[in-house]
Amino acid sequence: MATTQTLDIDYTKYNFRDSDASYEYKFPKGLTKQVVEQISKIKKEPDWMRQFRLRSYEHFLKRPLPMWGGDLTTLKFDEMLYYASSTEKKSRSWDDVPSYIKDTFDKLGIPEAERKFLGGVGAQYESEVVYHSLREDLAKKGIIFTDTDTALREYPELFKKHFGTVVPPEDNKFAALNSAVWSGGSFIYVPEGVSVDVPLQAYFRINTQNMGQFERTLIIADKNSRVHYIEGCTAPIYSTDSLHSAVVEIIAKPGAHVRYTTIQNWSSDVYNLVTKRAYAYGNATVEWVDGNLGSKLTMKYPSIYLLGPGAKGEILSVAFAGKGQHQDAGGKVVHLAPNTTSRITSKSISKDGGRTTYRGLLHVAKGAKGVKSTVRCDALLLDEYSRTDTYPYNEINEDDATTTHEATVGKIGEDQLFYLMSRGLSEQEALSMIVMGFMEPFTKELPMEYAIELNRLIQLEMAGSVG
Amino acid sequence: MITLATTLEIKDLHVSIEDKKILKGVNLKIAQGEIHAVMGPNGSGKSTLANTLMGHPKYKVDSGDILVNGESIVGLTPDIRAKKGLFLAFQYPLEISGVPLAQFLRTAYRSVRGDGQQQKTEAQGVGGEMISALAFKKKLEEKLKAVDLDPSFAKRYLNEGFSGGEKKRAEILQMAILQPAIAIMDETDSGLDIDAVRKVAEVVSQMAGPEMGVLLITHYQRILEYVKPHFVHIMADGRIFQSGGPELSKMLEERGYEWIEQAAAPA
Repeated sequence: MATTQTLDIDYTKYNFRDSDASYEYKFPKGLTKQVVEQISKIKKEPDWMRQFRLRSYEHFLKRPLPMWGGDLTTLKFDEMLYYASSTEKKSRSWDDVPSYIKDTFDKLGIPEAERKFLGGVGAQYESEVVYHSLREDLAKKGIIFTDTDTALREYPELFKKHFGTVVPPEDNKFAALNSAVWSGGSFIYVPEGVSVDVPLQAYFRINTQNMGQFERTLIIADKNSRVHYIEGCTAPIYSTDSLHSAVVEIIAKPGAHVRYTTIQNWSSDVYNLVTKRAYAYGNATVEWVDGNLGSKLTMKYPSIYLLGPGAKGEILSVAFAGKGQHQDAGGKVVHLAPNTTSRITSKSISKDGGRTTYRGLLHVAKGAKGVKSTVRCDALLLDEYSRTDTYPYNEINEDDATTTHEATVGKIGEDQLFYLMSRGLSEQEALSMIVMGFMEPFTKELPMEYAIELNRLIQLEMAGSVG
Repeated sequence: MITLATTLEIKDLHVSIEDKKILKGVNLKIAQGEIHAVMGPNGSGKSTLANTLMGHPKYKVDSGDILVNGESIVGLTPDIRAKKGLFLAFQYPLEISGVPLAQFLRTAYRSVRGDGQQQKTEAQGVGGEMISALAFKKKLEEKLKAVDLDPSFAKRYLNEGFSGGEKKRAEILQMAILQPAIAIMDETDSGLDIDAVRKVAEVVSQMAGPEMGVLLITHYQRILEYVKPHFVHIMADGRIFQSGGPELSKMLEERGYEWIEQAAAPA
């Protein structure tokens, strides 16, 4: 059973970092069985979830670090905080959110965006969701959009039936870690035939040094439904590392259409190790739109399992690696049924010694006849110190599969710069314009507000690149 | 907008690329409202002259000077030269993927038409921006029509997938939007069919008037039937070999370039 004596929970001890922040719970550094049990206890979870967490924790201990991808040797699991919550209660009104947290989200423009063009918003601060709302008319249609902890309590059957079925804890070390200590995240259920015409959004904020954020998102789109979910992530800059290790599971039932858009702008000390996977049944469509800025190391390969005939998968990803950053990203598509189609488009930009890696898998199973797939990776190197690599893996087990793979590595040419500068643009404006143009196939898929924000971030990243 | 006539003066200009001497003492003076044609055989240095005037980093000015309104622009970056009123219509315009033509031109317009103006519109806030965006859209549509490009080109990526002729017409479109004091046109007519040459010439002639000085670099006499030059210069072996009036281009058409090449060749 859970024991508490080894936990040093001190509500005031860690308050010095942010004078305004006050924490309900803040665990000491490091991961132990007790930490896992304590999380489950605080959340008053049913026993099956406690068992699930413990099973995951055991697997996490046994599972070695991946031997490929980015450098994980500097990641110190013992130095991380695995749980912190600043408020026990989740609010449905911004007025009830503690003011210092509301200020944070105000600065990020979330309440404003909610008023303007979102159907629902969730906001997570450290480990717990502090705010959640869903437009009334959408709730009336039977749409569920809540945080994952609440979903476990309020929709136990629906939850248990799907949770952990797409990404089991044994999938990889970080999926195991997330499964052991998960907290927060979004839970979405869209009933059969219902279309959500406006995006639902969640925003994840890490505020504490050495904090680990392990949100868990589960989206279930019933037959012929439609939903677009957007997540944004940020963290302030600290000199030591934080860890973001999320798991996202999507289940798109026959004929459903799910789009999942991510814009991450982590600070340069965050390890971003995320497992995202979707199941697409017959004639369903799943689209991952995945933008990765910032972080120290990102390893993320959104994947789609095409399980039924006619299912479609699309992965569109952008990675921007600056100084000291490694973006190891890509996508995986597994064709397990006939007449399934997929497209992977990857765009990466490296500057100031940054490194981008495209890592992709295309698998066509025996019996999956009539598969069509295109993979395209474009890399842009802004200087000679930066680096890009491509690792595409293809496992094609049907002769009639139509697959194309195209990869380009580009540098910004002197003539292109001269051309734009001859029209009055400064060198930096010209560079930014070329980079934004390079990313356009990605940005044009974003809601306008996000496209503008992304371009603004790129301009900031580009600032000072001339000199 | 422009109160005093802008002049571009090229003084004994020597230019090299990777230690190869290309221009060997060019002298030329162009004022707003004047149309100068520079003709000459391939390899005579015409494009080098154009790129050097606009400040391409590959071209090194060994000696001599380039002056705009009496001030040297040698060593200035191309964007500064653009702000001083220079424009180059490229012989081979570059493709910039993902950047819509309209968006690009609006950025360029703001850059070239003065920072003061830009600050003013920004200070006016969103409302002012909206109006100027609309006004700009209208202007762009009008100029697209003038160079015979479909309105859909506004949304297309800059030069991407344009045919050779469309690229050239898009250069003239850019010139018409940015309204430079001095336009350098580097073989704009090559690759254009006769109808397109006529269209382009119409725009150039209209703009020239008292407003714009033109340095029209061409291999062929054809465009000069529609754009009437005040001065014709023949370039050979990195120098202006001969200058005169429109009659010079007629003579070239009859006699070709061979005799010039022979005459200009170093003994």
